[in-house]
Amino acid sequence: MPELKVTPLGAGQDVGRSCILLSIGGKNIMLDCGMHMGYNDERRFPDFTYVTPDGPLTSYIDCVIISHFHLDHCGALPYMSEMVGYNGPIYMTHPTKAIAPILLEDMRKVSVEKKGEQNFFTSQMIKDCMKKVVAVTLHQSVMVDNELEIKAYYAGHVLGAAMFWIRVGSQSVVYTGDYNMTPDRHLGAAWIDKCRPDLLISEATYATTIRDSKRCREKDFLKKVHECIDRGGKVLIPVFALGRAQELCILLETYWERMNLKAPIYFALGLTEKANNYYKMFITWTNQKIRKTFVQRNMFDFKHIKPFDRQFIDNPGPMVVFATPGMLHAGLSLQIFKKWAPNENNMIIMPGFCVQGTVGHKILNGAKKVEFENRQIVEVKMSVEYMSFSAHADAKGIMQLIQYCEPRNVMLVHGEAEKIAFLKEKIQQEFKIDCFNPANGETNIISTPVKIPIDVSLPLLKAEAKKFNALPPDPKRRRILHGVLVMKDSNVCLMDVDDACKEAGINRHVIRFTSTVSINDNGPSVSTAHKLHTFLTDKLPQWGVTFSEGEISVESVLVKVEGDDDESQKTVYVSWTNQDEDLGSYILGLINVMGQ
Amino acid sequence: MKLYCLSNDPNKPCHILTFREITVMLDCGLSMQSLLNFLPLSFVPSNRLLNLSNYMPPDVSDPDLEGELKENGERIFVDSPPEFGPPLDKLIDFAQVDVILISNYMCMMALPFVTEGTGFRGRVYATEPTLHIGRLLLEELVIYIEQCPKSSFSSQWKNYVHKCPSPFKEAFMPKSWKQIYNMSSVNASLSRIQMVGYNEKIDVYGALQVIPASSGYCLGSANWIISSDHEKIVYLSGSSTLTTHPRPMDHNALKNADVFIMTDLTQTPISNPDSMLGVLCVVVSLTLRGGGNVLIPCYPSGVVYDLFECLSAKMQESGVSNCPMFFVSPVADTSLAYSNILAEWLSTAKQNKVYVPDEPFPHALLVKNSKLKHFKHIYSDGFSTEFQEPCVVFCGHPSLRFGDVVQFIELWGNNPKNCIVFTEPDYDYIEALAPYQSLQMKIAHCAIDTSLNFTQANKLIKDLKPTTLVVPETYTKPPVSAPNLTELVIHNTPEVNLIPYKWGEIINLPVKRKQGQLFIETDVASKIVPVEIKPGLSLSTVTGTLNVKDNVHKVQDILDDQKLLNKNVKYEWGSVNINEFKQKLFQEGITDAKVESLGGNVVVIHLQDEDALIQLEDNNTHVVCNGDEALRTKLRNIVMQCLKTF
Repeated sequence: MPELKVTPLGAGQDVGRSCILLSIGGKNIMLDCGMHMGYNDERRFPDFTYVTPDGPLTSYIDCVIISHFHLDHCGALPYMSEMVGYNGPIYMTHPTKAIAPILLEDMRKVSVEKKGEQNFFTSQMIKDCMKKVVAVTLHQSVMVDNELEIKAYYAGHVLGAAMFWIRVGSQSVVYTGDYNMTPDRHLGAAWIDKCRPDLLISEATYATTIRDSKRCREKDFLKKVHECIDRGGKVLIPVFALGRAQELCILLETYWERMNLKAPIYFALGLTEKANNYYKMFITWTNQKIRKTFVQRNMFDFKHIKPFDRQFIDNPGPMVVFATPGMLHAGLSLQIFKKWAPNENNMIIMPGFCVQGTVGHKILNGAKKVEFENRQIVEVKMSVEYMSFSAHADAKGIMQLIQYCEPRNVMLVHGEAEKIAFLKEKIQQEFKIDCFNPANGETNIISTPVKIPIDVSLPLLKAEAKKFNALPPDPKRRRILHGVLVMKDSNVCLMDVDDACKEAGINRHVIRFTSTVSINDNGPSVSTAHKLHTFLTDKLPQWGVTFSEGEISVESVLVKVEGDDDESQKTVYVSWTNQDEDLGSYILGLINVMGQ
Repeated sequence: MKLYCLSNDPNKPCHILTFREITVMLDCGLSMQSLLNFLPLSFVPSNRLLNLSNYMPPDVSDPDLEGELKENGERIFVDSPPEFGPPLDKLIDFAQVDVILISNYMCMMALPFVTEGTGFRGRVYATEPTLHIGRLLLEELVIYIEQCPKSSFSSQWKNYVHKCPSPFKEAFMPKSWKQIYNMSSVNASLSRIQMVGYNEKIDVYGALQVIPASSGYCLGSANWIISSDHEKIVYLSGSSTLTTHPRPMDHNALKNADVFIMTDLTQTPISNPDSMLGVLCVVVSLTLRGGGNVLIPCYPSGVVYDLFECLSAKMQESGVSNCPMFFVSPVADTSLAYSNILAEWLSTAKQNKVYVPDEPFPHALLVKNSKLKHFKHIYSDGFSTEFQEPCVVFCGHPSLRFGDVVQFIELWGNNPKNCIVFTEPDYDYIEALAPYQSLQMKIAHCAIDTSLNFTQANKLIKDLKPTTLVVPETYTKPPVSAPNLTELVIHNTPEVNLIPYKWGEIINLPVKRKQGQLFIETDVASKIVPVEIKPGLSLSTVTGTLNVKDNVHKVQDILDDQKLLNKNVKYEWGSVNINEFKQKLFQEGITDAKVESLGGNVVVIHLQDEDALIQLEDNNTHVVCNGDEALRTKLRNIVMQCLKTF
């Protein structure tokens, strides 16, 4: 049995640092190459020594596929390609190719310039890495080499996010990356056809959540922001530059317009306009409503949202600030947090998931004091709200995707261990298929059925169809195909025996047997033959027993009666070829018994 | 496999291909040459057009015909809403069409005629830009015609065409011409289109696979590869090897086709698009510097994007950059907006701009700097205040029979400083201008057609090596306009089987399917025991349950409930050696065998005691005995030992 081998280097029973190795039909593929936001040491990157202890990866990996631009999916890419060494192709969608280098550069600056980390990749490395990227469009079938084919599907999660279908021979795998099964304010829902992969590798961030309706969450969010503004507080919303931020901006923009609010909203990032430009130019990747109206009004031209300046941090009065990064692990959002946290009028809204080890994760777990590297302790008096706006599929969505693509096996990654374990049970129960949840470094082997394509001669198929169609309809009857497989060099073709012999240049030798049986039956031999026909038809219900010109035939078996009309003893000839030996001798046996 | 040709115009193609019981329509082009026989539609009544004299063919006195035909400078025109030449509907019932493949947005204008009100239930495939820009073209056409309603429809003239002078007399099949569709048909028809990406594999009922491959002609333009397990058909429509804004042509996908259908080659075989563009730039500069206006009739998408880019640069160089460019079309805003969001369908140079992020086309910047101003109509708000002369105006329709261009000709036609420049190759400019003569404005003809010329097409064929090449018959003869230029044809070479076709013909294509494909599943495959007959050739019998679903054949293991069915049938081959056979009989204790030769290689062996007879020939053996199964089984074993099996 052929098999698939899957080993997560990251995201195995964990969130962050997505990196999964897949072996399929002799090809090795790296799915995502992310970094972990919660670590500052070597653990932030996947352990590439698993692939090879030292030296470049090029000869071990056939291709790298990046699902979307979030750093936990592409953050280790320049490290892998430029520092560890990889010169093969890297596949991603056009928007991902456009946006990923910007986020990588952003993160590099924060890590190297702010945190002073050593041994990090350089700007040039990001550029060199991006030169290895091959951009793909949705549904385009890309042949990585003669055997390895990949195809991207829309995943919703962020602009340009894609799920990838991967095929070698008759084996196929779908890797989802992060996806979202419900359309939101700017993106559509993930979609895949019934491609029936051998394995679906799905993220499971919200494995145990069934999220309430989006509208309720939005209302809740707006209410909380409004209340805080009314009491003169400041609202901090840590976000990533692209993605959720745009959705929340659209949400606040329309609310401010409707409620005629005056408190300023700031977007703290030089990137804002640039980021929105990406949305404008890749508008075909957004949802239908935005696509339809973009000629008249571009949703990403905001009236109420202005660029932020560091000096505004100490401004009096209410304001709403969007600041990066989203998990409060570094940068401006952390700086603002330190200033605003001690005031109980203020509020912080965490709109997405925070990985372990980040400040975001700590305060979400109720930490009232946060200690920093320089022994600085910040008291958290501001109200902390968690709003799940990050667009992942919830349990219902994951089940829905399984229903869409009908995989033979499921593997859950990118989720917390207990949550994954729970969903695994549910999937096994509901779909009666195997579900895997490997930890990092653990290899799962999944065997797949064989489906070998071979050529078949049309006369053989047509002869079978003609024979089948000639029989009276019977829903239970199975169609039987019989032929000879001719394997000549690398060509394999199924044909009928005579053509096969001709192709092979040999003479077929036909062996025929004729046995005679005497039975006693008065009357003309034709009537005996009729009796035999009735008898055989009765005994062989599955077979086409025919009678013509005094001869009964079943497949190659012929039965003939001879004898004078006025003598009771008749001679029955039963004749068949060696290929119908079982049937022939069975019929002979039947007639023998009848004669006694 | 058959090919039906439904369009008379190789540049507005429409074919039907039938293969494996699937009916595929290749393109859905609308022939618009018919338009040139009609009077222009003007939304401001034009005295000149109204005062044209009536025409009556010689020896005809039909009062119903009175006023239907008008005359201007020895040309005859029909005074009626314009009519179009839809695809021939007599050869095939459109309800039978399973799939329509659209190559580019210029080849889909007949779609509402084919899909609406015909019982059509199939699918239409086109790329995303083809759908978006095609919609713009269809909508523009409908708006242009609907904004100038005519009070009367003329129809009598169709009975007297043969009595009129040329070129009116040569009108092709005027009785089949139709009035334009309405907006609801356009919407209904376009809603049937399923968007596809380049190199996306589309399954058609399991029997065929179709793949669009980039053709380099315009945004989203595609050639189609139609294949079954063993056959490959390539349909090449508008293609270009020039470097303009679209994604380059994909050659690789087109290689080694069994049948290669080639259509929609250049309409300007004699001129070269680059030099034409050069002439255009010069004409525009000269006219503007002389204080005249330039009128460029055009479609709202396509080469016009390159013209904006090229002209703005040239105007800067020649010091006339203060002259604005106007782009007037009901869909001008949408066209400009779409061109900047379809980055994935553009040339690499344009695509790279998006990564910065900059707009891929410079016209976004031109609009921002008010160098290029776009309006829906000449009467739209703001046009009259923004309008300043001299200027360059891009507007439709290239046939000069409707659209704002009609008004601009009325406005500028009498001033010899002005110039009209023809860049679209679809219409003969002399015929297009005929109803307006005599004009004072200058006329420049710089038709820019980026599609393949004959040299490029012949080279392509040489590289791609198809077995059979199918082309419109007109491509096998020199162009009518230049009968001496015998190199302007598709060459008939010995390497390729060239088949020409004509309008209304059904061609049998020489593709005979000999093999299909089936899938063998694990349990069947594991039972295959190849027997090597000679080095490099092995045989094995295969028996299984055949499962046919969606035209996909699968062989699975036979379940045990199929009694008596010999699952492991083997075949014998070779000949029986008599001596060996006798020896084996002897070993089995049969000693009374009597061998009798019947001549040839036929030998009969009698076993008297056992009452049996064995007849041996080169290719068969017949064992005749009484009902004694023990004996027969023994003989069977001996015969089989003397033969080889697989």
